[in-house]
Amino acid sequence: MTIHETLAAADAHGEKAVERRSIYVYEAPVRIWHWVNAVSILTLALTGYFIGSPLPSVPGEAIANFLMGYIRFIHFAAGQVLAVFLILRIYWAFVGNIHARQIFYVPFWSGRFWKEWLHELRWYTFLARQPKYVGHNPLSQFTMFLMFTVPLFFMVITGFALYSEGAGRDGWEYALFGWVFSIWPNSQDIHTFHHLGMWVILVFVMVHIYVAIREDIMSRQSIISSMISGERLFKDRED
Amino acid sequence: MAAAETLYDVIRRQGITRRSFTKFCSLTAASLGFGPGAATAMAEALETKERIPVIWMHGLECSCCSESFIRSAHPLVKDVVLSMISLDYDDTIMAAAGHQAEAILKETKEKYKGKYILTVEGNPPLNEDGMFCIDGGKPFVEKLKWMAEDAMAIIAWGACASWGCVQAAKPNPTQATPIDKVILDKPIIKVPGCPPIAEVMTGVVTFITTFGKLPELDRQGRPKMFYSQRIHDKCYRRPHFDAGQFVEEWDDEGARKGSCLYKTGCKGPTTYNACSTVRWNGGVSFPIQSGHGCIGCSEDGFWDNGSFYDRLTNLHQFGVEANADKVGMTAAGIVGGAIAAHAAVTAFKRVTTKREKGDAS
Repeated sequence: MTIHETLAAADAHGEKAVERRSIYVYEAPVRIWHWVNAVSILTLALTGYFIGSPLPSVPGEAIANFLMGYIRFIHFAAGQVLAVFLILRIYWAFVGNIHARQIFYVPFWSGRFWKEWLHELRWYTFLARQPKYVGHNPLSQFTMFLMFTVPLFFMVITGFALYSEGAGRDGWEYALFGWVFSIWPNSQDIHTFHHLGMWVILVFVMVHIYVAIREDIMSRQSIISSMISGERLFKDRED
Repeated sequence: MAAAETLYDVIRRQGITRRSFTKFCSLTAASLGFGPGAATAMAEALETKERIPVIWMHGLECSCCSESFIRSAHPLVKDVVLSMISLDYDDTIMAAAGHQAEAILKETKEKYKGKYILTVEGNPPLNEDGMFCIDGGKPFVEKLKWMAEDAMAIIAWGACASWGCVQAAKPNPTQATPIDKVILDKPIIKVPGCPPIAEVMTGVVTFITTFGKLPELDRQGRPKMFYSQRIHDKCYRRPHFDAGQFVEEWDDEGARKGSCLYKTGCKGPTTYNACSTVRWNGGVSFPIQSGHGCIGCSEDGFWDNGSFYDRLTNLHQFGVEANADKVGMTAAGIVGGAIAAHAAVTAFKRVTTKREKGDAS
């Protein structure tokens, strides 16, 4: 839904269109999830990197040190937090507002979606003016789904599968996620894909932050503060 | 040809005392991880059950499985071959040869239909109708299928039969294929390793012959009793891993002190086998104990998974050899550059648009 339609809908109720208008987009659970995710993903990427390429060896006796153990513990703990919040977020996609559902699907069969998607692509290549959207625009919904939602699920699934190796074959992790080893019998491959997944998410984070800052400056609608307050402020009508 | 005598009969005929026999049962039960009650059950089974005929066939392989097998200490392979099973056919170590040897296959197939165990070392190449491995005048794949028809169960010895091993490594010109892709209608027990540990091999055979059933298998068809944990889980160097103490170079302090070999490419964390508990050559040592990382020889496609000395696996899908970090950092670099360029164009456009607007008003 573009801003014009939203505003038109508001006008239909007899309200006078004003210059500044804010719409409640991101509900509290979505915002909390966003920032818990941000912290968990940063922690997971950092500790995960050091699990793959450990820090220089520590001196002294093995009994007096537990560096790798702590790094792995933090990684596992952050992963568990991420997974629990992902479950809560999926629940919220069902009970929350329409914007809470956006990142979980792409309206693949909608012609209008792809038309607007193309328009958005033209906006980012400086070829077109930007329309305003209340939630995610079609291009960001598409990118969010492909480069964040899908990789996030992939990381949680492969993460728990890898965790099951240490937790034991009789644990619930293996019961739930052991099927991953039917696809890739050698867990070395799963380690490699899990590692690649980190880079996909990190590349997404780079683009995500850049686009958020850019939109915040360029589009005259709030983006960054919206993830804190939940309100999207449209600073003016399209000029 | 084996007569229908029990194992116990054979054991006594060979002059082994009752006392030695019960000791053997206790030891084998312990090595299989069973409680003391199992030793009695095992003794009873050996006293009452007929010996199970075993056929051992060789496809594309290097005989390292056989070499390993004949060095088993618990139970001694002498006990396994001479008393526990009736190893009726093994073209590498049997006395008979030629037509005399091949006749045994036919006889076993007919006489013990559905009762014998087929063990396979190596795998069949399927390219050119199997012509890359001819055994007794026929492609091995035909002989394998023919003997598998009437077998009770099939044991896949080693990485070759289980996963394909070196002859199935890319580009696999002979199209060497693990046996579970060729035989689809029989239970197959995978005993991977290059070679598998001798005690694991004899342990699996002992289990089947004494209990007359297959051991519990995991998702990949490996016996759980030997393949449910990683080398890493029971490695005696594990405390060094948790502490963060690694061998960085082959001749450094860490190497002398016996630190963790993770950074020098040890595949222990991704390899399921019993090396760190059972060890090799009668429990003398195993690769990590000798100062070299595990190469992951019991895992699927271990030849194609990059260097034995890299922690991070090289990926070949990108045209160049690069691990996940190199690929990821390159992608992040390109995206970072694109972002910078995009930001610059954005800023430029914004300035020029403002100037135009300013000129207009």
